[in-house]
Amino acid sequence: MRGVAAPLNPQPSTLNPQPSTSSMSAHLQIDLNDLHRDLLSMCANVEDLIHRAVAQLSQPSLADARSLTIQDNEIDRWDVQIEDKCLKILALHQPVAIDLRRITTVLKISGELERVADLAVNIVERAVGLLDAPELQIPDKLVDMAQAAVDMLHRSIDAYVNLDSQLARQVCQDDDSIDQANRLMIQHLIDQMHRQPDRLDALLHLFSAVRQVERVADHATNIAEDVVYLVEGKIIRHWKSLERSENPDAS
Amino acid sequence: MAHSFTNLMNDRAAADRARGGGADSLSDPVTGDATARPIKIETRKMDFFYGTTQALFDINVQIPAKSVTALIGPSGCGKSTFLRTLNRMNDIVEGARHTGEILLEGINIDGPEIDVVALRKRIGMVFQKSTPFPKSIFENVAFGPRLTGIRDRRELDEIVTNCLKRAALWDEVKHRMSDSAMALSGGQQQRLCIARALATNPDVLLMDEPASALDPASTARIEDLIFELKANYTIIIVTHNMQQAARVSDTTAFFYQGHLVEMGDTQQLFTKPQEKHTEDYITGRFG
Repeated sequence: MRGVAAPLNPQPSTLNPQPSTSSMSAHLQIDLNDLHRDLLSMCANVEDLIHRAVAQLSQPSLADARSLTIQDNEIDRWDVQIEDKCLKILALHQPVAIDLRRITTVLKISGELERVADLAVNIVERAVGLLDAPELQIPDKLVDMAQAAVDMLHRSIDAYVNLDSQLARQVCQDDDSIDQANRLMIQHLIDQMHRQPDRLDALLHLFSAVRQVERVADHATNIAEDVVYLVEGKIIRHWKSLERSENPDAS
Repeated sequence: MAHSFTNLMNDRAAADRARGGGADSLSDPVTGDATARPIKIETRKMDFFYGTTQALFDINVQIPAKSVTALIGPSGCGKSTFLRTLNRMNDIVEGARHTGEILLEGINIDGPEIDVVALRKRIGMVFQKSTPFPKSIFENVAFGPRLTGIRDRRELDEIVTNCLKRAALWDEVKHRMSDSAMALSGGQQQRLCIARALATNPDVLLMDEPASALDPASTARIEDLIFELKANYTIIIVTHNMQQAARVSDTTAFFYQGHLVEMGDTQQLFTKPQEKHTEDYITGRFG
């Protein structure tokens, strides 16, 4: 988990020949720092939540499941609070350039994190469903896939904190391997359902958990794409599908 | 084709042909159509001096026709000086001079054949503070056409009515055309000045902070007006209001300490400027 966020300090200008005689609104700077702190706190909470949820797949516990659900409510409050603050800054300061990109990015990342938290709760619910089938072995590949998805989320948040668009682009590329793992896991579970129809309920829980984990990676990818916009000002969301639709012959 | 403004003014068809494209055009940033935005005004290697003090350094810009170009930058950066060079308003400043070229539709405005009065008819100007003459509303707008020799009352009526309509002022003043212009509100006076500028049938409108002294509602009316006028005029506006530049202009140029730091598509400049210096200015981190 991350601790207290460092304040948002603008990068020193390489083009500004004079020492900074900042006329930037002190209120805007305070509001941006406040927003940055809130988002990092939310990130830390969501990362903790998804870590614990994924651990539940191997060792489900009803008590932990209840605690995670309560934690999700806290995440929802963060989401509303951050949106509220973003709208206030947009209305009061009418920011442009890096400030505008940061606020829109925070607004979107907050939404992605809130959905990751919902997925964490769903994963926990599936894990609890597996309590009725203690003999069912959780596939190692699912555990690996879950860890990889959580790692993607962690790195996408690191990319946001460090304004590292190169790391963000790597996260986007890693989504392909999660998609591939998802396809293999789904096929494996369908095979298991054919072979062991008496375990259909438990296998359906696993099937659903796999889909939730894959969605976590999708949200991590969305966050990484938002970071690329924040840093480079380029919208890379949907670029693969758009490229395919514009050049159908190339695919 | 004759190469003087006087002749060009008498040959609007030729001017239209010149505007129609050719080699001097900017590509449309959206469609990539190279003939979409012909260049109206261009400066090449322009340096400007007030006596021994250099105010502008090596300014190379291309202003697209029938669009709005905003000039932004901190006080003293040279944006108003640049604006005033475009219709030779700086000629009347003692010791002011420039080097390099300023071209209107490819023709050097400093050429010996250029009639400055004709030039200023083609390039009208609206100032920060509204400057109505102490005359009636009608006479303010009719002033320019009268100077050019138009005496026929019906023709003057038509010009005044059209210009007041184009300046979005007609509905508010049509029943009191004989009232003093000084009795109008600040926002109305500024629109009257725009109508007066339009009355000489210019191609280009230079606006030096036209809404800085107005309330939000009057400012919005001026901005709406600018948006409507760009269908027929090339507009260059100096503004300190970043949001205004972002709202009304198609192209934005950022000046700093006499240098043109960055010029480009307004949306691009206000979301992801190419230069860190531009970003620092528009986000209020200096200036």
